[in-house]
Amino acid sequence: MALLERGAYGFWLGELVGGMALTLRYFFKRKVTLNYPYEKGPLSPRFRGEHALRRYPNGEERCIACKLCEAVCPAQAITIEAEPRGDGSRRTTRYDIDMTKCIYCGFCQEACPVDAIVEGPNFEFATETREEMYYNKEKLLDNGDRWEAEIAQNLELDAPYR
Amino acid sequence: MAEPWVLELWEGYALPGVIIVAQILAITAPLLFFVAYLTYAERKVIAAMHLRKGPNVVGPFGLLQPIADAVKLLFKETIVPAGASPVIFLMAPMLTFILALIGWAVIPFGAGLVLADINVGILYLFAISSLGVYGVIMAGWASNSKYPFLGALRSAAQMVSYEVSMGFVIITVLLCVGSLNLSDIVLAQQGDYGMFGWFWLPLLPMFIVFFISTLAETNRTPFDLPEGESELVAGFFLEYSSFPFALFFLGEYANMILMSAMTTILFLGGWLPIVDIAPFNWIPGPIWFAGKIAVVLFVFLWVRATFPRYRYDQLMRLGWKVFLPLSLFWVVATAGFLIAFDLVPNT
Repeated sequence: MALLERGAYGFWLGELVGGMALTLRYFFKRKVTLNYPYEKGPLSPRFRGEHALRRYPNGEERCIACKLCEAVCPAQAITIEAEPRGDGSRRTTRYDIDMTKCIYCGFCQEACPVDAIVEGPNFEFATETREEMYYNKEKLLDNGDRWEAEIAQNLELDAPYR
Repeated sequence: MAEPWVLELWEGYALPGVIIVAQILAITAPLLFFVAYLTYAERKVIAAMHLRKGPNVVGPFGLLQPIADAVKLLFKETIVPAGASPVIFLMAPMLTFILALIGWAVIPFGAGLVLADINVGILYLFAISSLGVYGVIMAGWASNSKYPFLGALRSAAQMVSYEVSMGFVIITVLLCVGSLNLSDIVLAQQGDYGMFGWFWLPLLPMFIVFFISTLAETNRTPFDLPEGESELVAGFFLEYSSFPFALFFLGEYANMILMSAMTTILFLGGWLPIVDIAPFNWIPGPIWFAGKIAVVLFVFLWVRATFPRYRYDQLMRLGWKVFLPLSLFWVVATAGFLIAFDLVPNT
């Protein structure tokens, strides 16, 4: 009897018709496409995008040249050189990130004791040449100034879970 | 006043020539337009079934996308591989394209609207669609490369297998019509029951068998083994680029439309309106014909969005062990039915 049932079901192409009914239902469903450059999806506060070096509200840079980020970086993308500044405080003279090496793991951000190096929400920083991807301190500080509002908000939103 | 021989040349040869060329252009130009927009429709329909939007950037609703694609293909470089035999290599896409177009000579678009009203129309159409396999084999052989060769071999076996059952399906229809003329086949479906008098209902299993065989015949999913991307990269047209590739592409899609037209004529009543009453029979025949072709083509795309590719042995099993006995049985059953109830046409 089961064999007969299966045979009859096969003869009427039950499974094929069922599959086609399913795709037809999807045909009329609302589409999920985002018109990317004009529409963007939501980003988590933890999103790890382009790096930035932050400053204190008084304009002093946060980075104290402890080199923890350089040490933890698994891709060895960070290069730091440091010496004491005129006022005796220890500051970086060079802070480079090779963005072609970076794997966006976020360890530098985790390692930083003063929240200086962070990965911001910007992910649209494609360039036309490789050289533009070698970020130096100036570029990173500039990123920090540009994205400070978003970065501060994200850090605040994520703080309860840290 | 012109010399008599000039007049004779004009009336006997030049004028009919001009008329026939005009008729051919009147068929092929809209056909190529529809082929271009079939690619657009395919991308849109499949995208919709994937919950995507499909092409929507080039022009309003992406309607200029086929033109952009054509321009892109035309401006690419035609590459002939070093190991290929150039003449056959370049002839293959032309053959595919020409065969896809010349089938349209016998297709009746409406009552009396046919370029060549020959009495063996269905036989001609069947022969043309069978010859399509040569384009594929030539392409696969001349490319002198392993994947195209495998694709061509598969394609040859597949097309030959499914033509057998297609032939029997056509015979069943012919038994009910009593004529090989395509216009007669359409007119035989005219009756008091509108769309329920068309052959798709009385010959339902054969309609399904025929439709699935046309899928195999045009190398569409789920029978697109000759071009199976996952195992053969692109199959028989792997080595082609630029315009030869475009010709294959156009030929394949024109073939799809031709096969849909054949399905429409054999089973869906050609240019006949769905019911022969007032609002429906005001619409001219060619519009009905185009509409029915569009419905069949939609099913082509729908099937492509739904089913995964068959395995090769499953394909062969379906062709030889399911469709062939089924269609053979139906030929006998139909013939017996017609004799038993004295319904044989033309007697």
